[in-house]
Amino acid sequence: MKEMQTDINEIISHEGMIGLFEENRGHLFQHDTEYLSRLRNTAIAKFSELGFPTPKLEEWKNTDLKASLSKKYGYSLKPSPVKDPRKVFHCNIPHLDTALIAQLNGWYISKDVPLMELGNGIILGSLAEAFLKYPSIIEKYYGHFADVSSDGLTALNTAFAQDGIFIYVPDHVSSPKAIQIVNVIHHPENIFLQPRNLIILGKNSKLSLVHCDDSYNHQAGFANTVTEVFIGENAHLDHFKLQNLNNDSTLISSAWFNLEKEATLKSHYITFNGGLLRNNIRVLFNARGGNADIRGLYLMDRKQHVDNHVFVDHAQPECTSYEHFKGILDENASAVFNGHVLVRKNAQKTNSYQGNKNILLTDTAKVNSKPFLEIYADDVKCSHGSATGQLDPEAMFYLRQRGISEENARMLLLYAFANEVVNTIGIDPLRYRIEDMVKKRLQGELQICEQCVLHCNTPEQPVEFDIDLSKL
Amino acid sequence: MESESNKIIDAFTHDDYKYGFVTEIETDFAPKGLNEDIIRFISAKKEEPTFLLEFRLKAYRYWLTMKEPKWANIHYPEINFQDIIFYAAPKKKKTISSLDEIDPELLSTFKKLGISLNEQKKLAGVAVDAVMDSVSVKTTFSDTLSKLGIIFCSFSEAVQHHPDLVKQYLGSVVPYTDNYFASLNSAVFTDGSFCYIPKGVRCPIELSTYFRINAANTGQFERTLIVADEGAYVSYMEGCTAPQRDENQLHAAVVEIVAMKDAEVKYATVQNWYPGNKEGVGGIYNFVTKRGICKGNNSKISWTQVETGSSITWKYPSCILLGDNSVGEFYSVAVANNYQQADTGTKMQHLGKNTKSTIISKGISAGHGNNSYRGLVRISKNAVNSRNYSQCDSLLLGDKCGAHTFPYIQVENKSSIVEHEATTSKISEDQLFYCQQRGIDTESAIGLIVNGYAKEVLNKLPMEFAVEAQKLLSISLEGSVG
Repeated sequence: MKEMQTDINEIISHEGMIGLFEENRGHLFQHDTEYLSRLRNTAIAKFSELGFPTPKLEEWKNTDLKASLSKKYGYSLKPSPVKDPRKVFHCNIPHLDTALIAQLNGWYISKDVPLMELGNGIILGSLAEAFLKYPSIIEKYYGHFADVSSDGLTALNTAFAQDGIFIYVPDHVSSPKAIQIVNVIHHPENIFLQPRNLIILGKNSKLSLVHCDDSYNHQAGFANTVTEVFIGENAHLDHFKLQNLNNDSTLISSAWFNLEKEATLKSHYITFNGGLLRNNIRVLFNARGGNADIRGLYLMDRKQHVDNHVFVDHAQPECTSYEHFKGILDENASAVFNGHVLVRKNAQKTNSYQGNKNILLTDTAKVNSKPFLEIYADDVKCSHGSATGQLDPEAMFYLRQRGISEENARMLLLYAFANEVVNTIGIDPLRYRIEDMVKKRLQGELQICEQCVLHCNTPEQPVEFDIDLSKL
Repeated sequence: MESESNKIIDAFTHDDYKYGFVTEIETDFAPKGLNEDIIRFISAKKEEPTFLLEFRLKAYRYWLTMKEPKWANIHYPEINFQDIIFYAAPKKKKTISSLDEIDPELLSTFKKLGISLNEQKKLAGVAVDAVMDSVSVKTTFSDTLSKLGIIFCSFSEAVQHHPDLVKQYLGSVVPYTDNYFASLNSAVFTDGSFCYIPKGVRCPIELSTYFRINAANTGQFERTLIVADEGAYVSYMEGCTAPQRDENQLHAAVVEIVAMKDAEVKYATVQNWYPGNKEGVGGIYNFVTKRGICKGNNSKISWTQVETGSSITWKYPSCILLGDNSVGEFYSVAVANNYQQADTGTKMQHLGKNTKSTIISKGISAGHGNNSYRGLVRISKNAVNSRNYSQCDSLLLGDKCGAHTFPYIQVENKSSIVEHEATTSKISEDQLFYCQQRGIDTESAIGLIVNGYAKEVLNKLPMEFAVEAQKLLSISLEGSVG
């Protein structure tokens, strides 16, 4: 076998990635079961056919990866050494008791053991370890939802997938604690990484999952993350995705949710900062009676770009989906919202809503909104709404009239706009923290933290403004 | 009730095409197929000036480098352009000076279509330019209009008598490089209507064109150009029909509208091309490029369309809002029944300050029909204080049809407001029940609900068309329950 190449440092190209794969076949396949090897081979073949997405593809029309891909990145086929994990990860949300798991540059960081089995049967830890330890679970769930045939980046991730987070909640188990995944990108050089996560909720189970993407320093990073989520019959997942990355980072976050009979998904995508962010959110109703509620908030400025792509596949009848994304764009920021609801022929009694609202604060900010409905069943109720504008001058006038300064009035209205998404967060301490971050972000105080964002030292109080609300 | 309503669906979705008759008129054909010689043939036949032949050839050469677009949500077998007759004209005996000289067969064709070129129309105050198989037959009212300085004639006549105007405006809104079908049209267009309203003139009557494809294997490539000079006003109507045939016929038209400062143009279409039979055999492929430019300040262009025919409709009447304070409007009812496919919508390009646009689109799908709304609203950086409101609703009748919405919204400044709303649903059982409870039978109740649903758009049609459009809607859709 050829000497394993641990690090490359070059421009990430279509041919380059295929070359890297071929050179390191031995290393990538070394622990694979037959099933995994087969997946990898199919995936790399698909990637070589599809390549990296370009704006020529309808799905990528308004998001161009060219600038991100023209940087030099290192690619690591081995975990980065961690000197003191306790120092890197001591994030906490006050009064929020979470089971914390961490990823550094996409690799699972183990404090004790790579895979913990909690008392109630919940398994939590490294996907690499799960590949070895639970081949039957892997074979049943892994690679079944993330479709490599349509998306080059998912194919690339599947071909290279080495590690990430694995969570298994057995049937009839409710996780008493929220599980928090912190993915920190921290490397002395620019780095290209491809974490892969698998989350499985058995029948009648329940889980709250807080998933954070943070960068640690100011190096450019390119993360191509794929997360597969299986929500079993009547199970419930409360999912939070928090994104706060530096302006040089690129994050492609693809999440594939599969909902079984009467399963419910509640998801919040909160984006504070990042260079180029793309959230591919794909929801498949695989059985009748499912319910998905996906909300998003993005607060962008400078030259940041955020692209939320939500595809909801109503493959089965009697499912309900609700999407609501709101954004505030300042300076030269740009945002894309692309909602696609597909109601298949037999998916009668579908109820679906898509909403997208944006506030532009400058003439250089940009919004592209495409709420798309594709309907083949007749007994359905589907609607969408999209609105882009600025702060309501009458509301501003009302506040100013009562002696509130322009800056404060503006802040209050923006905060109220954003809060429509935040106030549906069901976990109080988390909501307080996010409300506080929104406030800071709007006041321009929230920087890319030196460390994890959830690490900042703010009180867990409901947000208050320095204005006399009694005047209103 | 279920079985009764099914019967009604059957009755109405299987209603036969009423305009499917062939007129036996001697027709002058070009040979089948397309090449530079055919284009020269068309140009020579029409005794065109050189600039037009050059325009055609340029367009044709460009068209050869293009690929047929595949992005629309429609499916059809590949079109063989060599199997189409690009020029078919009723054989001309001599120049026609009065109505009596028009072929009586042709006149009775128009009678069957419900348009008469004679005195009746004078009473109705409508000037008609009837285009059959690409050649304009007779334009009424030209004299009355010419007193006001309004030019309303066939495109070929305009080429002969007003070459400067044609040269100035042809291709200024839809360039020959615009898209596949517009390029094709630019190369082979045979006739159409031309309309010029001079400065400050308010056209006193509704202008109207009737298109009809008569001969087999022909394509209809008409070209319409409407220019409203400063402060002018015109309301224009266009209707289309075709006889029933088993093979698909191609219709690729281009309509260009130019509205100068303070001008207003209203353009209404009732499109009732042959939609194919119940199994989806035959029917017209309707690939149309329609675009208007609000060139001057305070100008206004309004598109209203009722699309009930064609087996395929691919049509996006658009507005370029270049002048400050200009207004664009789009009102549409599109019906897709049996195996019809419609991919239609609009583009509103806001470039000037304080520009406003309104989009109201009502899609109705029945049988195996698929109806897509595809629209773009773009507010450019300089279009400050612009406003758009879009509403696109879909009504589904039956469980084998589809309704899709593809709205594209791009906003690039902070002072503009864009709103978009859409709903998709079937006829509500509550509404039906309410009507039935009051002694209205299912059939009439559905007619009532569908007409109410489309009312917002139908109200925008000129009187003459509103009646026809309502009838058409009733014929194709009344009585369907999901």
